[in-house]
Amino acid sequence: MKKLLFWVSAIFLFISAGFTAEPKVESLLGAGATFPYPLYSKMFEEYYNFTKMKVNYQAIGSGGGIQQLVSKTVDFGGTDAPMNANEKKAAKAEVIHIPTCLGAVVLTYNLPGDPQINFSPEIISEIFLGTITKWNDPKIAEANKGVMLPDTQITVVHRSDGSGTTFTFTDYLSTVSPEWKSKVGTGKSLNWPVGIGGKGNPGVTAYIKQLPGAIGYVEQAYAVQNKMPMGKIKNKAGNFISADLKSVMNAANVEIPANAQVSIVDTSAPDGYPICTFTWIILYKEQAYGGRPQNRSKEVVKLIWWMIHEGQQYNEPLFYGRLPEKVVKLDEDLLDSVVYNGSKINK
Amino acid sequence: MARKSTSKTFSTENGVGTRSHPMLLFLNRTFTSTVLFCVIIVCLLLLAIFISLFISAQPSLQKFGFLFFGATIWDPLNGQFGALPFALGTLLTSIISLIVCIPFSLSVALILGEYFPSGPIATVLNSAMELLAGIPSIIYGMWGLFALVPIVRGFEVTIKVLPLGVGIFAAALLLSIMIIPFAASISREVIGMVPNDLKEAAYSLGATRYEVIKKVVIPYAGSGIIAGILLSFGRALGETMAVTMVIGNSYFMPTNIFGPGHTIASIIANEFTEATDPVYVSSLIEMGLVLFIITIIFGIAGRYIITKTSVKD
Amino acid sequence: MSIGENKKRKFLTNVIKDRAFLVIIIALSLVTLVPLVLILFYITKNGVSFISLDLLTKLPKATGETGGGIVNAILGSIIIVFFSSIIAIPIGILSGIYLSENRDSRLGNFARIAVDVLQGVPSIILGIIAYVWIVIPMKGFSAISGSIALSMMMLPLIIKNTEETLRLIPYSVKEAAYSLGVPYYRVMLRVVIPAGLSGILTGVLVGTARITGETAPLLFTAFGNPFSEVNPLKPMETIPHIIFKYATSPYTDWQDIAWGASLILVTFVLVLNIIAKVVASRWKVKF
Repeated sequence: MKKLLFWVSAIFLFISAGFTAEPKVESLLGAGATFPYPLYSKMFEEYYNFTKMKVNYQAIGSGGGIQQLVSKTVDFGGTDAPMNANEKKAAKAEVIHIPTCLGAVVLTYNLPGDPQINFSPEIISEIFLGTITKWNDPKIAEANKGVMLPDTQITVVHRSDGSGTTFTFTDYLSTVSPEWKSKVGTGKSLNWPVGIGGKGNPGVTAYIKQLPGAIGYVEQAYAVQNKMPMGKIKNKAGNFISADLKSVMNAANVEIPANAQVSIVDTSAPDGYPICTFTWIILYKEQAYGGRPQNRSKEVVKLIWWMIHEGQQYNEPLFYGRLPEKVVKLDEDLLDSVVYNGSKINK
Repeated sequence: MARKSTSKTFSTENGVGTRSHPMLLFLNRTFTSTVLFCVIIVCLLLLAIFISLFISAQPSLQKFGFLFFGATIWDPLNGQFGALPFALGTLLTSIISLIVCIPFSLSVALILGEYFPSGPIATVLNSAMELLAGIPSIIYGMWGLFALVPIVRGFEVTIKVLPLGVGIFAAALLLSIMIIPFAASISREVIGMVPNDLKEAAYSLGATRYEVIKKVVIPYAGSGIIAGILLSFGRALGETMAVTMVIGNSYFMPTNIFGPGHTIASIIANEFTEATDPVYVSSLIEMGLVLFIITIIFGIAGRYIITKTSVKD
Repeated sequence: MSIGENKKRKFLTNVIKDRAFLVIIIALSLVTLVPLVLILFYITKNGVSFISLDLLTKLPKATGETGGGIVNAILGSIIIVFFSSIIAIPIGILSGIYLSENRDSRLGNFARIAVDVLQGVPSIILGIIAYVWIVIPMKGFSAISGSIALSMMMLPLIIKNTEETLRLIPYSVKEAAYSLGVPYYRVMLRVVIPAGLSGILTGVLVGTARITGETAPLLFTAFGNPFSEVNPLKPMETIPHIIFKYATSPYTDWQDIAWGASLILVTFVLVLNIIAKVVASRWKVKF
């Protein structure tokens, strides 16, 4: 009798353990910005080699990342534009923003001979407003003495999807051009005065590559990987700066708030590139939602921890800026604040 | 026509002896019920699709009604959801593609229906039409993006228009190639159904082939050809992938056919995953609902005309 | 001008018009062949050099890195099409049976209209439906949601083909079976369906070919995945989707992969269509 009882209860415990034990996490799902996609695809490939954890990141644009996180269809989102008030309201719970790298938004263009072109804030805003329409416009010529500018129509290429890259670029334009600010404004997706739309950073780069006379704004890695020219931009201090690791790091030398949601465009640093941004991984602060098992949240936190420490080695070879020390510290604090049912996940 | 059995003693409907064998009766009933169940699923499916779309479109339906098809600004950032640019883009691309496709599909239909209904030419043309119809839309998109767009760009250079290559014109051209097989096959069927004695009568009066076609075949098959056009139009309206890749993605009211634009299908494909507030999502779905309804109307109209003409005599 | 000359002139113009018309029609028909030839030629030319063992067996690499393949997309397409088939085939065939057996019932007529309408629904709408019905309640993207969207596209083709084929089977066949004492369900399953198998199979093959190439419904259902995945409850990559992603990217080696994948896709779809035609003609049971 006792033996029977023993075996029955053992089997019962075994079965119930099977039902309550959490399924092993084999993959994580993220979606969002195309801005860091070259970096993330490298990072997640290496992370898989390192830990056998498959991280599936779909680059559908920052707007998509935010929306899918709010819909709770993904484990984390990626965005280069911090969530705005409406989006935070829609999320109904606090969302942590964790910067993972620094990047530059460059102006790239398709001109014969790939000349180096200088752009001032006025020129840029007028091109994108549609008031400057030809490459050999006197305003462009003035800033580029000695460069052969062809008599070609300028074709503006912007984003057709909701984009953090757009947010950063238009944030810059709104800061330097009152006309842009009043006519168009800042946002992930807006009513562009001129131009055609490409889907994602890849789509914009592809169009510029194919269209003679085209100009557009993309994350630096895309221009570099496709061997396309990048313009020098006149920053606040009056210097024409190219985007490189140093000028990007200089631009980030600003006061960063505790929630890490800050814009760093139009930097005052004399050697700083004026259109830079952080890109953030976003996830819910309270991870116990919608029946999420605890080990899943653990894996997400583990992944992000890796991204801000060991993962940073992949930033610079791909032309993304490494997180400055103080930002890494900030990130660690933010990650520590992610909880499951109130208790800290990151032990 | 299934003949209903009239005899009660020798019932063939369920097989001999089923009246006395409950197991067979049960199996028969199960079979019939399963079959009935499947058909009901299909009918309910369509209703469910319509109802789902309608419910999901509620937020924007309540806010704007269908008036938003009159508004021209699509600015999700500022809460403006004017759908006219996309409705116009859809109409422009579909209508232009129809106009371009009609001469070609009609020619193919005449060759296959009148001149060479069998033989090597028929085999070649028939196979070609089937191949064209079988090519997936993403492949059309790829070819469109890498082969057609540069050609259109070159053309735009010669007519002194901004040489984008992508745009409404390129999308319409691509669409026209895609719908030729449909229009051709339906037209060919109705052309082939023209009764011979009508044609013989015309020939006996000394008409040439051309005159017979112009005065007898086309008028007779006219409604069928129009049906084919309606169905092809419905197909063109809903095409997504090929159009998305070559239309240039612009929010604005298309000012000329060589400029960029959007269709309802392509804007949904582009923006659905990132529509952040309920009004935004439901605006997209509302456009989808309208597209759905219009496609249904054209589809039903086309089929109705075809069945009417084929029952004619 | 005499009446005779007038008539002669009219006769000549008529003949000229007749011949010219024929020439124009032939010319236009030949022109329709041009895009077909161009498309197949282009895909083959660009794709053939990128078909390699690597393409078929390796996973995609990070952006900008060369090498890498589409094995995850091939696997994903197979799995998603498989699940679509097991949903659509039974429902499709059985519905087709009902429609062929019930020519005049109200339900049958409504169903026929429903099938026609379903065939015309834009594929992107089916994607929205699958997102609303499955992705949102499931709180995640999955291959199965993509399969369900695709099965809705497959259904009309199977239903129509089944109905048409079974209609052509003469009642005498069934009558002969009844007279031997075969019960109704067996007559259908063991006599009628096997007799119509060629047509039914044609519908299945054509349906499979159609959905293998579909992209739009998968955009917000199956979502995509850089890794191989066999669990249908997870997002999965498919061949048309990876073609879309790579073709619209600026990376030349990704575009090359897109060409290779396009060639694979086109070949598969066309071969299926050819097999369907062969099945339709060779296996057809003639009465």
